[in-house]
Amino acid sequence: MSERILHIASNTFREAVRDRVLYNLIAFALLLSGASILVGQISIGIERLVVINLGLTAVSLFGLVIAIFIGIGLVSKEIDKKTLYTVLSRPVRRWEFIVGKFFGLSGTLVVNTFFMAIGVFAALLYVSHHLQRSDGWVLVALYFIVLQFLIITSLALLFSSFSSPLMSAVFAFSMFVIGSFAEDLRGFSAMVHGIARWLVLGAVYLVPNFSALNVISSVAHETAVSGQLIWYNTAYALIYSTMALCGAVLIFERRNLK
Amino acid sequence: MSATKRVLLTSSLLLVFCLAGSVAILRKVDRVRNASPSPDVLYISSPKTLRRLSLGYNGLLADVYWTRAVQFFGNEHAQGTGRYSLLAPLLEITTGLDPHLIVAYDFGANFLASKPPLGAGEPDRAIALMKFGISNNPGEWRLYRNLGFIYYLDLRNYPAAAEEFERGSKLPNAHPFLKIMAAQMAQHAGEISTARMLWAGTYESTTDRQIKANAAAHLRALRVDEDVANLEALMTRYRQTTGHFSAGFAELVNAGWLRGVPLDPLGNPYKLVAGGKIEVRDPDNFPFIEKGVPLGYIPPAKPKFLPSD
Amino acid sequence: MPVIEIVGLEKTYKVGFWRKRAKTGLYPLDLRIEEGEIFGYLGANGAGKTTTLKLLMGLVFPTAGTARILGMELDDPKMKAQIGFLPEQPYFYDYLTGRELLEYYGQLSGIPGANRSRRVAEVLDQVGLKDAGDTQLRKFSKGMLQRIGIAQAILHDPKVLFLDEPMSGLDPMGRREVRDLIEQLKRDGKTVFFSTHILSDAEALCDRVGIIHQGKLRGVGAVADLTASVQGKVELVWHGNIVPKAFASLGAEYHVTTDTARAVIPEANQDAAIDALRRERLRLISVVPVRKSLEDYFMAQLNSPAVNQTANSTPNPAASAAVTS
Repeated sequence: MSERILHIASNTFREAVRDRVLYNLIAFALLLSGASILVGQISIGIERLVVINLGLTAVSLFGLVIAIFIGIGLVSKEIDKKTLYTVLSRPVRRWEFIVGKFFGLSGTLVVNTFFMAIGVFAALLYVSHHLQRSDGWVLVALYFIVLQFLIITSLALLFSSFSSPLMSAVFAFSMFVIGSFAEDLRGFSAMVHGIARWLVLGAVYLVPNFSALNVISSVAHETAVSGQLIWYNTAYALIYSTMALCGAVLIFERRNLK
Repeated sequence: MSATKRVLLTSSLLLVFCLAGSVAILRKVDRVRNASPSPDVLYISSPKTLRRLSLGYNGLLADVYWTRAVQFFGNEHAQGTGRYSLLAPLLEITTGLDPHLIVAYDFGANFLASKPPLGAGEPDRAIALMKFGISNNPGEWRLYRNLGFIYYLDLRNYPAAAEEFERGSKLPNAHPFLKIMAAQMAQHAGEISTARMLWAGTYESTTDRQIKANAAAHLRALRVDEDVANLEALMTRYRQTTGHFSAGFAELVNAGWLRGVPLDPLGNPYKLVAGGKIEVRDPDNFPFIEKGVPLGYIPPAKPKFLPSD
Repeated sequence: MPVIEIVGLEKTYKVGFWRKRAKTGLYPLDLRIEEGEIFGYLGANGAGKTTTLKLLMGLVFPTAGTARILGMELDDPKMKAQIGFLPEQPYFYDYLTGRELLEYYGQLSGIPGANRSRRVAEVLDQVGLKDAGDTQLRKFSKGMLQRIGIAQAILHDPKVLFLDEPMSGLDPMGRREVRDLIEQLKRDGKTVFFSTHILSDAEALCDRVGIIHQGKLRGVGAVADLTASVQGKVELVWHGNIVPKAFASLGAEYHVTTDTARAVIPEANQDAAIDALRRERLRLISVVPVRKSLEDYFMAQLNSPAVNQTANSTPNPAASAAVTS
């Protein structure tokens, strides 16, 4: 069982690579180098801040786009193109297929983020000529970004298992935006009453809390990230992704393929 | 059980379990994040930068920051910290993103200039905010009212207040009390009736709950100040007439000087203490009073507003 | 025990905007396929052939009825390890090369690593794609795609093969090769269930056929028996370019050239036709019985409302060996 999942995962990774997804790293590298050189010339004192803010935001956004664009087609593309037929006629369980796709895309994003991390640290070295202890927190920020990717990937997969690529992209992107305003959602829930309150509370607990996973600004200001937060965020990302994947499996298991 | 059924059952159970788990963890995450409130809400504190970053959606972002400002103030108020240092920047950002959000200016006028723990204690920033608002909304009478408010209440600069009330009263749709306030400033600036007019006008013309509650509390405080002044004057006259201070209200009622035990605006009797002084029984209920405060009274960190206001 | 056992298998769809109307893709189907048979599943496009196959592969779920393959349930992975499927107009991952695709499928089918590469090479050779192993699938022609499709279906040496229109898109040589392959599979003891709308292929290959029309199974039986039930015809060829008037009432189809004429008439009218020619003093060249074809049976089924089962609708493997082209 786990072997098949591994094979599906590595095939998904191979597909992403051959789809030239990793070329986004070139765009990223160009952006970051350009910014580092520019910032070195025009401002004094906040080079680190800018490089970390820009670098990590770019890692997050580039990855988000990749996660959504590939994620939404993971299932629907295979159904449309009927490449699934010859896979499912083999002793592959439908749920293994979903899980394999998840690991494949997540793996792609982890590899992508790894290369981008090297880029960020290289840029940091360039503008400030040395690394300091507080730069370790940048790694935590990157780890949180990877956790964000896990959640987004599982959501994209969930949506892909029942809706068209376009709608899946809309849903996934909306979830990301709403989840990034998680703090304000909580504020709203304290300020409204009645049915609206229940709806907002529903959103608070169902929409993933992306703002808790975004420590880019704190890290840029060299604030430490609490160890508790790291534990809780890890657990949350794993639990939430599992939840979304279960949803995807439930839907896909009984879906009639056209 | 067939393989499919097994899978469906397992996924359903796992889903429910994870849902419960995620709710539980979210609560923990919220707690951790609230415990160390990093004001990262303000890492970009320049309204201009934010405006550019909002990619044209500055109206929406203004609304977001407005809710954050209200939330922030309400939170700090509820926790009794008395530190509202983020209020001015939040309001500046809000109005920078949407200069026409009048309610933000109203909020600033009410809560930026007053001294802590009732407000942020930054009258200069409050005035700057109002002036910014006026330059962007020259026809909005409420902004002149707000500005006059700040001059009158917090800076006690009556001529300046009069000027702003006068300017505002000339605008279309201006509330009639502006003209009256302008007139009052000239002669009766320090009088209770003027203040009462201002707060009554504010109470009537605002829809924001916190502003309304604040206005009501001020009105009650004015009442208390008035009552205490009148009662103490009565005590002095009694002493002058009878040669001694009354021991209690009962004596005065029997002597026909009072109709009954005097009650404060919340219905509790005043206290008569030695030397003919009047005090309120429970000063916590009256955050803005200047008279009738017991000796050695330390106001609570968290000023009390009635929820029913 | 039948290799494929279908009982009352049915598929209806809810269509329309509110999903109220019911459309039947497959009416309750009963069918049994025995080991070692080549079974042809015939029907026009849209008759329900692909629906049946998708139901058997577990790609869609039946609204009623059951089916078992090799005695096991349709979602049993042990069963799936022993079947191969070639879908209609197949698509494969076009970013993979032929070899990579087969390796991947081999992994999914659970062929252990050492055997896998050997088997992949074998199969590529068998379908004539030895030189295309390292070409990306996006560069494959239609015929090559069909071949790799067959390759992935036989890769894990399954006991039962399900082929949906295996000859589609192939040139005559390719079709010949596929036919040879299917015959080889039968010699190896496999069971082959394939669907097609090309009757001549079915006639040449199958032990038994089933005809499906508009979602209903119309007739099942050995080819010889089915064609036997159709009325025979004879072909008359004679000198001259005159067709006797009498032929008009004899149900003749005729064709006239400069110095010969040809007519195909029902067998029953043979004597009447020869008499008519003699009366007109036309010289007969030949009288040849026209081979009864499956097409005749097929067209007859399409026109008759009732389901038609012949006496010998259960298979007889011994007799099937006699059916050749």
